[in-house]
Amino acid sequence: MSPLAALFLRELRLAVRLGGGAGIGVLFFLIVVALIPFAIGPDLALLARIGPAILWLGALLASLLTLDRLLAADAEDGSLDLILTGRTPLELAVAAKALAHWLTTGVPLAVATPLFGLLLNLEFRISAVVAVTLLVGTPALTFIGLIGAALSVTIRRGGLLLAVLVLPLTVPVLIFGVAAANTAVVGPLPFGTPFTILCALTLVSLVVGTFASAAALRHGLE
Amino acid sequence: MPLIDLANPTRFLALAARLMPWLIGATVLAFAAGLYLAAGAPDDYQQGATAKIMFIHVPAAWLAMGCWALMSVTALGTLVWRHPLADVAAKAAAPVGAAFTFLCLVTGSLWGRPMWGTYWVWDARLTSVFVLFLMYLGVIALWRTVEDPARAGRAAAILTLVGAINLPIIKFSVDWWNTLHQPASVLRLGGTAIHPTLLYPLLVMALAYALFFLTLHLAAMRNEILRRRVRSLMLMQAQSAPGSGA
Amino acid sequence: MVGDLGPHAAFIVAAYASVALVLAVLIAWVALDYRAQRQKLAALESRGITRRSGRT
Repeated sequence: MSPLAALFLRELRLAVRLGGGAGIGVLFFLIVVALIPFAIGPDLALLARIGPAILWLGALLASLLTLDRLLAADAEDGSLDLILTGRTPLELAVAAKALAHWLTTGVPLAVATPLFGLLLNLEFRISAVVAVTLLVGTPALTFIGLIGAALSVTIRRGGLLLAVLVLPLTVPVLIFGVAAANTAVVGPLPFGTPFTILCALTLVSLVVGTFASAAALRHGLE
Repeated sequence: MPLIDLANPTRFLALAARLMPWLIGATVLAFAAGLYLAAGAPDDYQQGATAKIMFIHVPAAWLAMGCWALMSVTALGTLVWRHPLADVAAKAAAPVGAAFTFLCLVTGSLWGRPMWGTYWVWDARLTSVFVLFLMYLGVIALWRTVEDPARAGRAAAILTLVGAINLPIIKFSVDWWNTLHQPASVLRLGGTAIHPTLLYPLLVMALAYALFFLTLHLAAMRNEILRRRVRSLMLMQAQSAPGSGA
Repeated sequence: MVGDLGPHAAFIVAAYASVALVLAVLIAWVALDYRAQRQKLAALESRGITRRSGRT
């Protein structure tokens, strides 16, 4: 098995282990989605109106909070140095880590969305549309978040700094993700317009995120 | 003096010391001229005298974005060309750029209250500038959190470049989002072409802002070079006195 | 000139005043920082700690 595949499988295994972050992400998503009605009040019509936005914000925050462990844990126990000095290109290695993160955090979030949409009085049809936009948009959140994680990897308790750095960069993804989801709710717009832009944003973030985080790791740990 | 000389901090300090009085003088003159022209500018037929806010609002926006562009160039200087003073330039520029962005938001807000009836509007431009402000704060936070100046410089350079890529995307997405949510309530300046009596004060104020930025940036770079000297001297002192306290 | 700023004069004045304030704060920050660094360097020099080029 190639080192890259081994690294990828390692990431998957670590994530699904207890405390690895896969389950916690969905749990946090659930809590956020449940907290919003407490703050807003049980106005079902209002909740349905802003439901897609709440789901997207919950997914964004849940992704963000699990990004910290993506690199920091490896930096702490020295695995990051091994990855850096190994023969696998660093770009591929970080991409593998990000892919594993997305599979264990982003995808479960998207899958859980139709169920959690019930809490917000969303029709199943609408929740399904939100789930699709999340499926396409969460890779962007992961790869953009990867940049913040790489920049703050050597900083102890750099979690908040990571959020501060990453959140402005995720604004376009949020805008187009929610817009695409909202076409099912309000929709004069066809779903395709914001959705294709969301796809484009994700593709761009795959590239920029990979190269920027690899550069950040190289420069930060040399 | 060839450009390579500027890479030497000592020579740079000498050059900065020589330039400062001229820059300060030019800045003061430009502001005086700009304010005089602004005071004498005619009132817009729709907005009245509040159009005068344009003269301090628009140049702030230009400088806010121009500063990030400058930081992007210095970021390349740090990462690609390894220019010794590139990260000093970047660190010195960030707070000044953030201040101009803040000014853009504040003056825009004060312009908006009489014009749109509210202090804040999710207008496409205000929102983009707001996100830019958040990015400035993020870069400044990064500078202050990483201890080693060289490493902080490289991290900030990467973040700046990622931000530079993101800025057109953010602008486009906010523009798109804004046209989704709001019917066009665009500010009109009495026509598409700005009349010269409004254009000249705008340009002179923009020059004044730019000169101010240059002066302050140079002074901040000088301070940063001195700060690093202090730091390395204190490190040297700590290293050369093993076991013995102060 | 200031008199005929129209009904929204307060906002115009506030906007210009905020610019003046922020620019003043920037100038103060740079000037005070300069003084602080010079003082630190002078203190270090008086204790005999200088850069190699600073020694005769």
